[in-house]
Formats: sequence, structure tokens, C-alpha cells
Amino acid sequence: MNHLDTLEADSIDIFREAVAESERPVLLYSIGKDSSVLLHLARKAFYPSKPPFPLLHVDTTWKFREMIAFRDRIVAELGLELIVHRNPECVALGINPFDHGSARHTDLWKTQGLRQALDAGRFDVAFGGARRDEEASRAKERVFSFRTAQHRWDPKNQRPELWRLYNTRVAPGESIRVFPLSNWTELDVWRYVERERIPVVPLYFAAQRQVVDRDGLLIMVDDDRMPLVSPPRTELVRFRTLGCYPLTGAVRSEARTVSEIVEEMRAATTSERQGRLIDHDQSGSMERKKQEGYF
Amino acid sequence: MELLRFITCGSVDDGKSTLIGRLLYESKLLYADHLAALEADSRRVGTRGGELDFALLVDGLAAEREQGITIDVAYRFFATEARRFIVADTPGHEQYTRNMVTGASTADAAVLLLDARKGVLSQTRRHARIVSLLGIRHVAVAVNKLDLLEYSQEVFEKIQAEFPDTTCIPMSATEGVNVIGHSELTPWYDGPTLLQWLESVVVETEEDGPSRFLVQWVNRPDATFRGFSGRVLRGTLRQGDEVRVGERTSTVDRIVTMDGDLAEAPKGSSVTVVLADDVDASRGDVLAAASDPPAVADAFQAHLVWLSEAGLMPGRRYLAKIGARTVGFTATKALQLNEIGTDTVHFEAPVPFESYRTNRDLGSFVVLDRLTNATVGAGMIDCALRSSNLRWQTLTVDKQARISRNGHRPCVVWLTGLSGAGKSTIADLVEKALHAAGRHTFLLDGDNVRHGLNSDLGFSDADRVENIRRIAEVAALMVDAGLIVLVSFISPFRAERALARELVAENEFCEVYVDTPLAVAEQRDPKGLYARARRGELANFTGIDSPYEPPENPEIRLDTTALSPAEAASAVVARLRSLGIC
Repeated sequence: MNHLDTLEADSIDIFREAVAESERPVLLYSIGKDSSVLLHLARKAFYPSKPPFPLLHVDTTWKFREMIAFRDRIVAELGLELIVHRNPECVALGINPFDHGSARHTDLWKTQGLRQALDAGRFDVAFGGARRDEEASRAKERVFSFRTAQHRWDPKNQRPELWRLYNTRVAPGESIRVFPLSNWTELDVWRYVERERIPVVPLYFAAQRQVVDRDGLLIMVDDDRMPLVSPPRTELVRFRTLGCYPLTGAVRSEARTVSEIVEEMRAATTSERQGRLIDHDQSGSMERKKQEGYF
Repeated sequence: MELLRFITCGSVDDGKSTLIGRLLYESKLLYADHLAALEADSRRVGTRGGELDFALLVDGLAAEREQGITIDVAYRFFATEARRFIVADTPGHEQYTRNMVTGASTADAAVLLLDARKGVLSQTRRHARIVSLLGIRHVAVAVNKLDLLEYSQEVFEKIQAEFPDTTCIPMSATEGVNVIGHSELTPWYDGPTLLQWLESVVVETEEDGPSRFLVQWVNRPDATFRGFSGRVLRGTLRQGDEVRVGERTSTVDRIVTMDGDLAEAPKGSSVTVVLADDVDASRGDVLAAASDPPAVADAFQAHLVWLSEAGLMPGRRYLAKIGARTVGFTATKALQLNEIGTDTVHFEAPVPFESYRTNRDLGSFVVLDRLTNATVGAGMIDCALRSSNLRWQTLTVDKQARISRNGHRPCVVWLTGLSGAGKSTIADLVEKALHAAGRHTFLLDGDNVRHGLNSDLGFSDADRVENIRRIAEVAALMVDAGLIVLVSFISPFRAERALARELVAENEFCEVYVDTPLAVAEQRDPKGLYARARRGELANFTGIDSPYEPPENPEIRLDTTALSPAEAASAVVARLRSLGIC
């Protein structure tokens, strides 16, 4: 078995353990490349059965339009159950990154929204596509990561996790976040997308797009809700990660295919998270967000 | 490209995190934005006076940065031209040993660091022992901080002498000496640099052996398909193979994946197996080569590492997860946090297993706390103690045969209550009556057993637990022998009385609560013990300075303030009769 085969087998193993030992699992589907790989692995883990859990998308109403179209197409094609949750308080207050800032926008839509959706579904296991190579506090997290009834992560007191013997036991109200891609790197993900021909949102591939400069990032104008200081210009860009469009920076790139992306990655000198505004709010911000219940 | 998973370990402040940061930095594996963040962090919270503080690359938790220590294991990924690596940077503090064990359990190689100025510390030895216990065969000792000793060859060689047959590398992680390339500062050293050593480690694969497939999930999408989803843990599984699961054998009909059926699945593959026959297998079962299936047992000699602040209590019931099964678990020796020991352990149900040396997946288990659900221990099986190959020995003269011969059912009559409550007096009268009626009986008395079988035990909580565990086992054996067993023990803890009940069949246990208020028992004080306890001459005396947990739902409750001993005994006999025991 080669490296990708082993990663795949390990991830399938994790899916099966979590499902066999939980009551109400759910897969957090955020539409990005990691979610696409996660979903592909979930299908493999239970084939010929369908994945025995619904997908949950915590929407913010600020995702790229192409992401939503892609999400709806994939779910329909695969015949899967999709739960879309939008924090009703955010909807009522019209929370957005321009008036309320990226930190509050992310906390209210994503962190609080996720907690609401998990509570409403009484889910005891939630699969997520996080990888340890993404960020320093993620590098510290277990594959089966325990959360209190308040969804809190206690990084100073994680359960020991030996071999492949995962502890899935929780009291009522408590839950486990399960990360089948923990040991994958960004490059592994793209190589696997290439090998398995997994569909991903077209925004990952270079194209001429309307962009403006904002907070040091190259932001794509996805709709007319973004206040513009100067008129947008057209550039050949793509995205390394996807999120809320006003908070996600594009990179200049000519990579139009997965294999060109893999080539570009090998030569990359910056990390994928550089294009994410929310990770740079404060140093250590990811850990704090995770403690509050963020994925 | 071949993958190497390794850990850095050793005592606190020996430079583990700094070394990893240096490795990533020197091999040009840091992204520009990570490097920029490192520069900023080094100025803000670094411990190197504004110079790059490489530890900050891996110490990613706020608490770690504040305290300048590593609390939990961090996983980092890097690759060179020769190889791909996953490194787990593990904490050196003794209190975080459980996190070090977490990192070590999945590693192929270990870099044991030590501070050349301090030499080999007790924590260095502990980590070396854990590394060896977990079966990590490749170890390099990095003798670090030699820059602070002017790269003294003498110091290095003195430390090297303590690790015979092990690669030792003179090093300075902060200065990058002998990390990637050889340094002019140690001209006397001609061994490999750390990176050279890491690139040259040969990971041997476990010997192939007979096939083992662990069933994780029964796959039944509809009435036409029934498969077993799981993983090949050893050997290679092939279509057409004859396999055994428990007592049954069958043939591998299909090996199913989403990419189409396979002719064979090598060790490590996650697949779904369809058998030719309608064999009932479920989660936790092992499909094995029919010619050479794994042994099944419920008692083992094992190495245990204890990971919880609350120490291991011998005889207390925990849970163990092994393979894809979770079963009741007890151990026989006490262990404190971070302690390592060899112990006799019991599972409440037989499990298919292999020794840890032969197969990590079927020879390792974790211990879970029933109440808190925490992972409290980890174990590695050395061998089975009662190896029943595939099944219990079927005995021709069984319990039923004894019942026919004796003319009555066996059972345990368990009398519990304070010292001086009247247990032994009542038990004696009950036995006399049963004996006169021609029943086969035996009386186990607390004081008497403490003279023999349990003469090694005192009165601490741990010893009381063990005292009752042994008596419960003896009573269960006697029930197998067909006897009505009268047990007269204070037995203060509910958990251990529940254990005694679980060791026999449901209708074979009769709990008798000899209910005497403390004041009454103390007033009777037939052995003068309460008086001595009150004078402080007896420690751990039940009711005085050691707790008694009264039964919640005993089969019989005897109020000895209202009943004479003879009346109480008659009540027990009458109840046994109504339960159909005699």
C-alpha cells in the first residue's frame, strides 16, 4: 500500500469506529476541498450502504455563490440528507463582516450557529475535515476530540489516545468531534483529489475574476453587498481555501487543473491559511475559537 | 516515498521543541507566513531574547507559550528528498507523561534528547522505558546543548557509555550543530547527523503471518447484501480463503470496495468482506485464517501504563477496549499515575488476541473509567494466563449434573453488615439448619479467611476491595461445585458486592443485609474491637473511620434489633425455600 492508500484506510477505519460507537453522528460539510475528500471517504467507508448520517452545513449567507450551487448539486447527485443551519439571530440582525467585523461575524454565524445546530440535532459525533498541518493548535488535537455539554474543548486536559483505540464514550449532552483527515497534509488532499477524480468547487482553479484589495487580501466581488471604495479589476486568480467571500483572499495563479495545483503546491512558500482573515485576528485565535465551540 | 513516524522525547527543557523547529527551519520547510509569525512571536513571548525561538513553532497552545513548556503532543509533517516524516513532539514533564505515551504509541522511531549538562535524568529513563515497552525499535540519543560545554568530547563519551548499542549524536539544537549537516565544532564525531539517521532508519514490517480481519461494522444496505466492514490487521486476505470466526468456518466470497471487488487485501486495508455462508459475525469478531486462528482468552499477563490521577485500584471494575470490543476489566496490582508495571489482568469476556510483540492491533488495549469515561490506562498483552484455545474446556460433569446428584440448586448467600451486627452467628445457625435438612453447604467467614487465603491483606480500601474480590471468586467456584455458600463478610462497598453478584447466575445470589445500627453494634462489641477503634488503636475500622455502604435492594433485610438470631436464621431459610433454592 502506498502513502495515499494508508491514509485512506486509516480515515475509513476512523469513520467506521465513530459510527459503530455513536448514536447520532453527523458530518460537518463546509463545501471546501477537505469536505469533498471527507465525503468521498465516508462513501467508501460504508459502501455499498450510503453514509449512515446526514450532512450539516452551517451557512452564513456570505459563502461564494458557486459554493452553494456546488453543494446542492453534490447532495442531489449522491442522494444524501443535508441539513442547512443559519443562526436565526444573525439573520434577524443582519450580521455581516463589514458592519460587525470578521471576529464577531465568525463567532455569531459559525461558532454559535454550529452549537445551535448540534444541540438541535442532539448529535453525539460530528465529523470534521480539519488537518493537523493547518495550524498550531490543530496540530495538538486528538483524532477523537472530546467536547463538554457546552461544546468546549479543554486543550490542557485531552484524553490520551493510543494506537487506533479511540475512546468514544460520552455522557448525555457531551460529544466528540472526529477528524478523519488529521494526518493528511494539504498536498495529500490535492493528490488524492487528483487520483480519485473528486469534484471540487471550480473556485479552486485559476480563472479571470473580479477582485478588489481589502485588508491586504485580494477579495473577489461575488455579489453587490460588498461596499466598494474603488472599481474592481479583473485578474487571473484562484482560491486555496474557501469560506465567506469577503474574508477569503484569492491568490494569483495560473493553475487551471488539479495537477497544476499540485505542481504549484510543491513550490509554494506560503501556507493556505494566509488567505484567511479570521485566523489572523489575534495570535492564538484559533485555539480560543475552538474552546468556544468553533470547529 | 516511504513514511517515517517518529517522536522526540526526553526530560523537560532538553530542547525537543527547539530541535523540531530547527529541523523544519533548516530543511526549508517553513512557509513564509509561518516564519513571519515565528519572528513576531519570538519578539513577543520568546525565551531567546528576540532571536528565533523555534519551540514556538510547535508549542501551539496559549498555555504552552505562556509557561514556555510543552503540555501536549504536537504532530508536524515534513519531507526531504529522501523521505516523508510525521514527527510527534512530546512533553517532557512527568505530569504530562500520558501525552508522551499517546505520541509514542504510533511511532516507528524515537529521538531521545538529553541536556549534556544534566546527563541522564529519571525522566530520561522513564521515557526510554516507555519507548522500549511500546516496541519502538529504533532509538537515537541526541546529546543536546553541547554548545554550553564547548562541545566537550569527554562529556559526550561519558553519556554515550550509558547507551550501549545505541546511536548517540552530539548536538546543539539552538545552534543547528549536527542536526542537518556535520559541524566543524565536533571534528571528533564521524557518526550520522540527526537527519541522516532519520533518513536511514529502516522500518521493518511485521512478519506477514496468518490473516486477521477485524469486523468493525456489519454492512446491510438492504435484504440482499450482508457484509462485514473492517480492517486487515495481519497477513493478506484473499478471495476464496477459508476463514474462521468464533466456532464457525466459511469462505471469503467477495472483498468489496467502492472501486470494485478485490482479489486480495493486504495488511492495513479497510475493506468489506462477504462470506459464502450465512455466518453470524458482529462488531469485534475477528475473521481469521481457518488453519491458524488467534487464541481466545480472558486472563492475561500484561504491561500496564497508568494515565490517571486516580490510581489503579486492584479488583475495581473498569472497561477495556481491545480491537473493536469493549469489555469489563479488572487488574490485580495497584498503580499510580505514570507508573508502569507488569500485572495479571482479567477481561469479563473472552477476546481473540495476539501478543503485542506479534501484532500491535490485537495485543494492545486501553482502560476506560466506567463513571468518568476517561482513558485511564494502556496495556500490552504479553501472554494469556488461562489460554483456552478458542473455547472453554467443556466439562462432562457440569453444574447441572451436580444439581441432579445433590437434589438442590447451588447459590451464594451473602451476609453483609457492620462488625458485631451478628452475621457470623446467623450464618452459623442457617448452615446448621440447611445441613440438618441434607443440603450441601459451606460457610466462608471473614475472620477465618483472613487467617489463610487473605492473610496478606490489611484493611485499606484497596485491600478491602481485593479481599472481597477473592471471596467472590471462591464463592463462585463453590457454586460451580454445587454448594450453597454462606458468606459472612462486612463487605462495605457496593461495587464489590455487585461484582460478587455478577460472577454467578442471576438466581444464584441472595444478598442478606444484617441491619444493625452502629450504636447497637458498638454496644454489643463482642470482640472489643469498637472500644479499641475508639481509642485509636485500630485504623480503618468500618463505621468508625472507614465507610459502610448499605445495600439498596437486598433480597433479605434482617432487623436485628427486632429479631433474635434464631428468628433471623429461620427467616433466611424460609426465604431460600421460597426462592426455590432449598
